[in-house]
Amino acid sequence: MAKKQLVSVKVNGRQREAAVEPRLLLVHFIRESLQLTGTHIGCDTSHCGACTVVLNGKTVKSCTMFAVQADGAEILTVEGLMSAGGQLHALQEGFKQEHGLQCGFCTPGMLMSSYVLLHDNPNPSEEEIRRGISGNLCRCTGYQNIVGAVQYAAAKPTKADAKVAEGVAK
Amino acid sequence: MIHKTSPEIGGMGHSIKRKEDLRFIQGKGNYVDDVNLPGMVYGHLVRSPYAHARLKSINTEKAKALPGVLAVITGEDLAKANLAWMPTLSYDKQMVLATGKVLFQSQEVAFVVAEDRYTAADAAELVEVEYEELPVLVDPHKAMDADAPLLREDREQKNNHIFHWEVGDRQATEEVFQKAAVKASVHAFFPRCHPAPLETCGCVADFSRATGRLTVYLTSQAPHAHRTVFALVGGIPENNIRVISPDIGGGFGNKVPVYPGYVCAIVASLTLGVPVKWIETRSENLQSTGFARDYHMTAEIAADRDGKMKALRVKTLADHGAFNAAAQPTKFPAGLFSICTGSYEYPQAFCEVDGVYTNKAPGGIAYRCSFRVTEAAYLIERAVDVLALDLKMDPAELRRKNFIPAEKFPYKSSLGWTYDSGNYEAAMDLALDKIGYKELRKEQAEKRKKGELMGIGISSFTEIVGAGPAHTFDILGIKMFDSCEIRIHPTGKAMARMGTKSQGQGHETTYAQIVAQELGIPAADVTIEEGDTDTAPYGLGTYASRSTPTSGAATAIAARKIRDKAKKIAAYLLECNENDLEWEPGKFFVKGAPSKSKTIQEIAFAAYTNIPPGLEAGLEAVDYYDPPNLTFPFGTYVCVVDIDQGTGEVKVRRFMAVDDCGNIINPMIVEGQIHGGLTEGLAIAFMQQIDYDESGNIQGGSFQDYLLPTAVETPHWETDKTCTPSPHHPFGAKGVGESPNVGSPAAFVNAVVDALSHLGVKHIDMPITPWKVWKVLQEKGVAA
Repeated sequence: MAKKQLVSVKVNGRQREAAVEPRLLLVHFIRESLQLTGTHIGCDTSHCGACTVVLNGKTVKSCTMFAVQADGAEILTVEGLMSAGGQLHALQEGFKQEHGLQCGFCTPGMLMSSYVLLHDNPNPSEEEIRRGISGNLCRCTGYQNIVGAVQYAAAKPTKADAKVAEGVAK
Repeated sequence: MIHKTSPEIGGMGHSIKRKEDLRFIQGKGNYVDDVNLPGMVYGHLVRSPYAHARLKSINTEKAKALPGVLAVITGEDLAKANLAWMPTLSYDKQMVLATGKVLFQSQEVAFVVAEDRYTAADAAELVEVEYEELPVLVDPHKAMDADAPLLREDREQKNNHIFHWEVGDRQATEEVFQKAAVKASVHAFFPRCHPAPLETCGCVADFSRATGRLTVYLTSQAPHAHRTVFALVGGIPENNIRVISPDIGGGFGNKVPVYPGYVCAIVASLTLGVPVKWIETRSENLQSTGFARDYHMTAEIAADRDGKMKALRVKTLADHGAFNAAAQPTKFPAGLFSICTGSYEYPQAFCEVDGVYTNKAPGGIAYRCSFRVTEAAYLIERAVDVLALDLKMDPAELRRKNFIPAEKFPYKSSLGWTYDSGNYEAAMDLALDKIGYKELRKEQAEKRKKGELMGIGISSFTEIVGAGPAHTFDILGIKMFDSCEIRIHPTGKAMARMGTKSQGQGHETTYAQIVAQELGIPAADVTIEEGDTDTAPYGLGTYASRSTPTSGAATAIAARKIRDKAKKIAAYLLECNENDLEWEPGKFFVKGAPSKSKTIQEIAFAAYTNIPPGLEAGLEAVDYYDPPNLTFPFGTYVCVVDIDQGTGEVKVRRFMAVDDCGNIINPMIVEGQIHGGLTEGLAIAFMQQIDYDESGNIQGGSFQDYLLPTAVETPHWETDKTCTPSPHHPFGAKGVGESPNVGSPAAFVNAVVDALSHLGVKHIDMPITPWKVWKVLQEKGVAA
């Protein structure tokens, strides 16, 4: 076993660190070292996007990075979407209101991709939304209601959204 | 008609938002890989690189020597406990870990257990297996050849034939064909595909030496049935097994069978006394767990010159891979494939299926489908279009001419099913009207003059779901009833548990709506729990669109039992005779004096605090529902495609889905099911196939090659409905989750063939890739 290295990241606004093997994937670091199991694993070829998180303002498939590469980064996972006061993010609300999920397995990744999509383009067209979430596979919904969920959130930005969006901008 | 409750109660017909969503949108679902127990260790399977090979030796020394490795289990180890083989759900058996030889690529050969998942994977690489390659059988058509290699040496029968199954009158059908004016035929291959739920299969097996109990967290669509299988196969007393099926990330039939990885994890936990987690990778999921379809089918229709159908004849070769691990009712080796007469009146029909072994992964599972109904619906809807072409008739008019008329239901088909209800013409007319069929045909004619390729495809499918009546349906002897238990708490809130298990269908919401409908307790006040065999009543699980027809029915009946008791309590509280009471959702009132009433909440409180003399305390009921018949959902789908003559790409311009699933519990959820099923149908029609090369190497064994549509390839779906309630279901529902996956492949393929039919094209096998279409365009001289 290779010598462990200390990885320190800011996750959902909180500084976290753990000593890990250099080969540990970021997704395993998030799920197992940090116990944030909302980020899922759906494939082994980086196609499905279930492991998508926001890293320094950009979406990454956390199965394509080593944890050590994320050292010093700022990460947002699905667990960090809700406001400190317990208010759902507009996207979370949109997924529920528009029936944008069924089994829920792709949902965290979808939320994170949609989150960055809306940050970069607050008023996307349907086609732009479809392109924006095309790195995330969903097996249940046929995407139509996910598109509706993103449109719902675009039409209804919340205060919480603006605050976290600032975080992304940094 | 179903009485519509207020939105506050949220009974049937309300599109209430899903209760389960709140945890999923916060990342707080609890899927199997999220289960993390103290002292838990990890398993990893060693798999065969060969499709057919003798096992010469397995050396586990290096693997065992790696620090962190706790055990390496081989087939020989399992054989000592009589566990090297396990029964399948089709009265065949399957190797858990290979002994003697391997029969498909990626077959399970050894199981490594280590302290963490990376070490387990490292150690698996260190297991040294020596193989001697054997001749490989890939083509099922060659399985019965005299020189075909014998795959299953363990069987008494020394050939590769599994079963012959036939239904209908062969002789009478033949006579009709001999006299028929018109005979149309189609050879259609429904390719091997895979359900590929986004969450793969896995488990955490936790045997406690302190209590002697085994708890298995399992990706299971049928937790109770799996508990019984573990008890029978493993010899563990069933009261000492608890199967917990936590949140399931999609199933689609993939999570019905018992897989070798589960058994290995259980054996490892029993041996080591610690929890053992095994989660397969996506590639392992595609390469080794239950595939679907792989039916080589021929359909012939005998008809009059005016298009009246007289007889149907179907012959099918079923490729089952190395073990017959089809998950289906015992008496039906080809599932419910004999629904292949579809929506049409056939005075005579005959259907035969032969199953064979090949060196491919085992399966034959019911992928979003009620046991081979998808294959049947695809075949008949393709064959009808070929007949329309032969007769130069409009495919919609040919269907109309042959539909089972609405007034003939219940209708007994020539292959023996009694269709409960239907109105096929109404559904087709609505679909044609909504999509503007006549205008589309005009547009098509104009485009053809200009040399452009546009097609319109129709599929008027009929399903057979909700297995099923105990007199006919069982799995491994267990009758296919299902169950519900409801408890009303003193404060009028409720808890209900079922023998089924949601994998995304929204049971926590829809079952609550059934209780709300029947008892008037708001759906928001009803908690639904499934998947824990320690607490839920026994049932056969969720697949084959059976949850609403079976457990949904049980829920209504259990609620009605509670209402009966509630009435006695109300009469006591109101000091009147039971017969003087009337019910409206949520309360009993005295006939003619509506102000004298007791709400269900007041009655519930009295059931624990002011119990009528002679009555038991409490307000609970359980029901095990044995459906009197299956249900027969139906619909018409119309698809419009444009073909790019430069690239061969097919663009789905529009897709109109009209479904009839009887009375609807939650329209929002039904529509969501339709969207999802259509998208899976799109993938099957245009993108996906699990194929094998001549050496038995799997093609399509990862998401690199097995394509799932993204939001970009997926069109905007249009949906509508007609409503023909099931006459025998307690609230007239039929089940819907699978209809779009069953009905849509034919609509897609019919549309593509329709675009090319004037060039002499009668059939193209799925998946209809741009390459396949481009080759046709080249051949026909119409490529741009």
